Amino acid sequence: MTQTTPEAPVRRQRAQVKVRTLRTDRWWLVPLLTFLGLSSFLVYGVWAIIDNSFFVDPYVAPFASPCLVEAMCPDGARLFGWAPIGEWYTLSPGLLILGLPGGFRLTCYYYRKSYYRSFWLSPPACAVQEPHGKYTGERRFPLILQNIHRYFFYAAIVIGLVLAYDAVLALIHKPEGLGTWILVINAVLINAYTVSCHSCRHITAGRLNHFSRHPLRYRAWTFVSKLNAKHQQLAWVSMFSVMAADLYVRLVAKGIISFPYA
Amino acid sequence: MSYKAKFKVWRGEGGEGRLEDFTVEVNDGEVVLDIIHRLQATQAPDLAVRWNCKAGKCGSCSMEINGKPRLGCMTRMSTFEEDETITVTPMRTFPVIKDLVTDVSYNYQKAREIPSFTPPADVKPGEYRMQQVDVERSQEFRKCIECFMCNNVCHVIRDHEENKTNFSGPRFLMRIAELDMHPYDVADRQEAAQEQHGLGYCNITKCCTEVCPEHIKITDNALIPMKERVVDRKYDPLVWLGNKIFKRAK
Amino acid sequence: MENSVNTERHEYDVVVIGAGGAGLRAAIEARQQGKRTAIVCKSLFGKAHTVMAEGGAAAAMGNVNSNDNWMVHFRDTMRGGKFLNNWRMAELHAKEAPDRVWELEAWGALFDRTKDGKISQRNFGGHEYPRLAHVGDRTGLEMIRTLQQRVVALQQEDYETHGDYEAYIKVFAECTVTRLLKDGDRISGAFAYWRESGNFVLFDAPAVVLATGGIGKSYVVTSNSWEYTGDGHALALLAGANLINMEFIQFHPTGMVWPPSVRGILVTESVRGDGGVLRNSEGKRFMFDYIPDVFKDQYATTEEEGDRWYTDQANNRRPPELLPRDEVARAINAEVKAGRGSPQGGVFLDVSTRLPAEEIKKRLPSMHHQFKELADVDITAEPMQVGPTCHYIMGGVEVDADTGAASVPGLFAAGEVSGGMHGSNRLGGNSLSDLLVFGRRAGAGAAAYIDALEARPKVSSEMVADAREEALAPLGRHGENPYEVHHELQRTMNDLVGIIRKSEEITEALQVVEKIKERVQLVGAAGSRIYNPGWHLAIDLRNMVLVSECVARAALLREESRGGHTRDDFPGMNPVWRRKLLACSTEDGTTIKVQEKPQSSMRDDLITLFDRDELKKYLTDEEMAEFDGITK
Repeated sequence: MTQTTPEAPVRRQRAQVKVRTLRTDRWWLVPLLTFLGLSSFLVYGVWAIIDNSFFVDPYVAPFASPCLVEAMCPDGARLFGWAPIGEWYTLSPGLLILGLPGGFRLTCYYYRKSYYRSFWLSPPACAVQEPHGKYTGERRFPLILQNIHRYFFYAAIVIGLVLAYDAVLALIHKPEGLGTWILVINAVLINAYTVSCHSCRHITAGRLNHFSRHPLRYRAWTFVSKLNAKHQQLAWVSMFSVMAADLYVRLVAKGIISFPYA
Repeated sequence: MSYKAKFKVWRGEGGEGRLEDFTVEVNDGEVVLDIIHRLQATQAPDLAVRWNCKAGKCGSCSMEINGKPRLGCMTRMSTFEEDETITVTPMRTFPVIKDLVTDVSYNYQKAREIPSFTPPADVKPGEYRMQQVDVERSQEFRKCIECFMCNNVCHVIRDHEENKTNFSGPRFLMRIAELDMHPYDVADRQEAAQEQHGLGYCNITKCCTEVCPEHIKITDNALIPMKERVVDRKYDPLVWLGNKIFKRAK
Repeated sequence: MENSVNTERHEYDVVVIGAGGAGLRAAIEARQQGKRTAIVCKSLFGKAHTVMAEGGAAAAMGNVNSNDNWMVHFRDTMRGGKFLNNWRMAELHAKEAPDRVWELEAWGALFDRTKDGKISQRNFGGHEYPRLAHVGDRTGLEMIRTLQQRVVALQQEDYETHGDYEAYIKVFAECTVTRLLKDGDRISGAFAYWRESGNFVLFDAPAVVLATGGIGKSYVVTSNSWEYTGDGHALALLAGANLINMEFIQFHPTGMVWPPSVRGILVTESVRGDGGVLRNSEGKRFMFDYIPDVFKDQYATTEEEGDRWYTDQANNRRPPELLPRDEVARAINAEVKAGRGSPQGGVFLDVSTRLPAEEIKKRLPSMHHQFKELADVDITAEPMQVGPTCHYIMGGVEVDADTGAASVPGLFAAGEVSGGMHGSNRLGGNSLSDLLVFGRRAGAGAAAYIDALEARPKVSSEMVADAREEALAPLGRHGENPYEVHHELQRTMNDLVGIIRKSEEITEALQVVEKIKERVQLVGAAGSRIYNPGWHLAIDLRNMVLVSECVARAALLREESRGGHTRDDFPGMNPVWRRKLLACSTEDGTTIKVQEKPQSSMRDDLITLFDRDELKKYLTDEEMAEFDGITK
């Protein structure tokens, strides 16, 4: 029993229930949809890296921003006209920076939940047995690297600011463009997702034990906490918004979409 | 209004057993625990079930209803179709004693391995001064009624018995978070959370939060913040450097 | 001998029966005084009924209103108990409650705070100032968890020094005590069985602290859990102790009445403290019609004044919804009887029209949760239906105020199972503080008793054999279903010795109880000894029948109405009866004898805390003359 065990030789075994789960609802639906959603993002990301039509003045496709490569980036696509990567580099500019927002999402506490569940099936759903014989969690390499999430957060803040800067530039140069507004909405959502991060919540004031001694940080924490409660929703919405914005810019650049206010 | 419901209840002792079929009367406004009690009173007087307050406050009647961890007293019969067969089994992660009663001593052992609240030696009872905002986080965790359904549903031990030695489960990792966030607690808990209580096993798949009858945000408010505090301590070179240079006020 | 085959034997200094607030506090004290202590409880550790307490723990800390002090608290307690309280207990309680609450904080409790960081205190029925330390509406849970964690902290200390967590304090969970054992007139131990295995346990211990709570399971409509079968009351009786004040049972005015499966479950008084009002089927706030004369000056007479009180307590009198529990319970009972009740036989308790939805969720989270989940009622949108429910027994083991010692040497009692502290009616919030104050005193009393003991009393093997036989008896029989017998007892007590009592009805109840007593001898339990609830109930029935008889016999004798005892045929309070206590005892273990005992007079410095005008309502002319003598 609790603190003590009667000295009765009752055998200590779990109740034998042969099936993996006794759940009667469609528990497999959510992991399946998650799998499809995340897979589509991966597939799109690979395509976006290969595709080079990422700029049409004044729009920069988010997957390629900031564009830092001398050989590949037209002036308007460069951040403050800056291209530190020399002529020698001829691959996709997206390849250089996608690791940062990608890593941010890969180590994000929400995305971890969703891919552990839908890709790893560990577990596929609550109270459904996982198929693995052994489980060690995030204690050792490589999964222990998830702990660097906060560094990706710092980088994601920078990327978020760049996307906001891109959107502002578009706003200045083409306020009537549909693309401008798509970039603006995307920048808002990306930044909201970034700020709603659990690491951000920890950094603002979560690490403190006396909120009352740090009223400003406490207010920031309260704000972040509110966003944090919507981290999952923001993760999905911003993922689709960045895909949509990226695709839109590329379609305009390719001339597939062409109308006066595009 | 009353109808006959079909129930399958796991019955057995010490692991061995089977699902037994029952047909039993259900009345308006009843919960699953009422039906189990009706079975006791009319068909199976020795059907074992653990319960106490019958109001969702003591956390005794944890069981699995149609495969989901639930409190029997908080699961209304009106959430099921009248022709649905309702399957009731004991919690899967803990050894079964008899029928729906499991041996939850794992939880009490883990509770005992967490050093208790450690206030500074010079504060006397009656001298504590804490602001509401400083106690609110820990207060949320203290709503816990210790039904142990979070530990039961957690795949780390549910699917891997061998992890029980090194993993204290969401309930007790949350207890560590509660103490670590307590404005007056001076003990160092972050190292132990990771090394002895297995915080690193948690892959934040959030089933603990999903089953919590008190709706405590275990993952978002306790486990992840605790993981972040552990990162401060163990994995973040910048924080480590900062702590060397400036003495950080907790 | 078969006994030794599967009866475990344990030696302890103190055995505490019950792991609620009082039991844990007693065990902590005994252990802190260096005594080896066992805690024996019927449920898992940390599940005791104390978790159900919602409102708070009354302690005159004066954090919210600095006018509060122990004397005001003492006066409120005596008034609430209609001056029948053991005044020494009420005094100790009022004086020590703040220290006990502060101590909890040092053990890790996190109460709600005031602006300046102290423990916040809330208003409650019968308390003159905001006095209840609380955590939302789950104060009992906070208290039980804190005490539980304190026990664990002590075990950790013992592990450090002795290498064994259980060297000095051990919890025997899901273990039921069926008999106290004696050596001559002294306690020598206790006999119990493991619920899980059905195996027997013998505790060899010179001191036993009873902290088993109440007797609510003798009634159909009750807020009490299955554990409340009057075990401690019955164990004390059978060991030769007296039970006093057994006629006084508090019916909490607001229990849920719908759906039937949750009938009786409590709706906290905080709902009224925070603005909730009672209405009948005509929509009338009927409590204004039920303010008794003794309280005329303290309560608002108009709805406007009552409403103003919530925001300005200094200049207005409180609304009558906050009258002591017995008054409100009787009023609801009367409204329902007059045909002005709600569809399911209660009245309406409405907070939805009084506070914004967000505020309700913030102040009454667990009530909101409870109604939503259990009854599918949203209390922010519609009124609740409530009615009286058996909640608390003021009566219990007659104990010495300072040490918790019963008349049997070695036997101690604290909390609901002890009698006297609350007189004829308990104020809300006084229970949690009672557990702490007298739990600690009983633990200390037991430790002191052991220190003074010359020789350790011995356990007699005949008594063990008898206890064993008694416990096994229902298993061997193919008798009546214990659930049916239990239900009949509950119905009888509920209908005939309930909130309003009459001589004929109580007499009838006694006849039924007499018959049930015989049937209990014949109930049978099918199945094995392993976790067999039918068998457990069959054993508990003995206790329920004994205490039910005490309640009925005492209720029949007390020919007046006071606090938790209302006689239809004797509606008024009678000062002569205030001087008498009814003490139940048994010699043969089945028949209950009730004797009158005189109530001792209050100490001079305490009685002079009251106004003459107030005392006049309670005391006899003779006592008033004495009072005048003191004050002169």
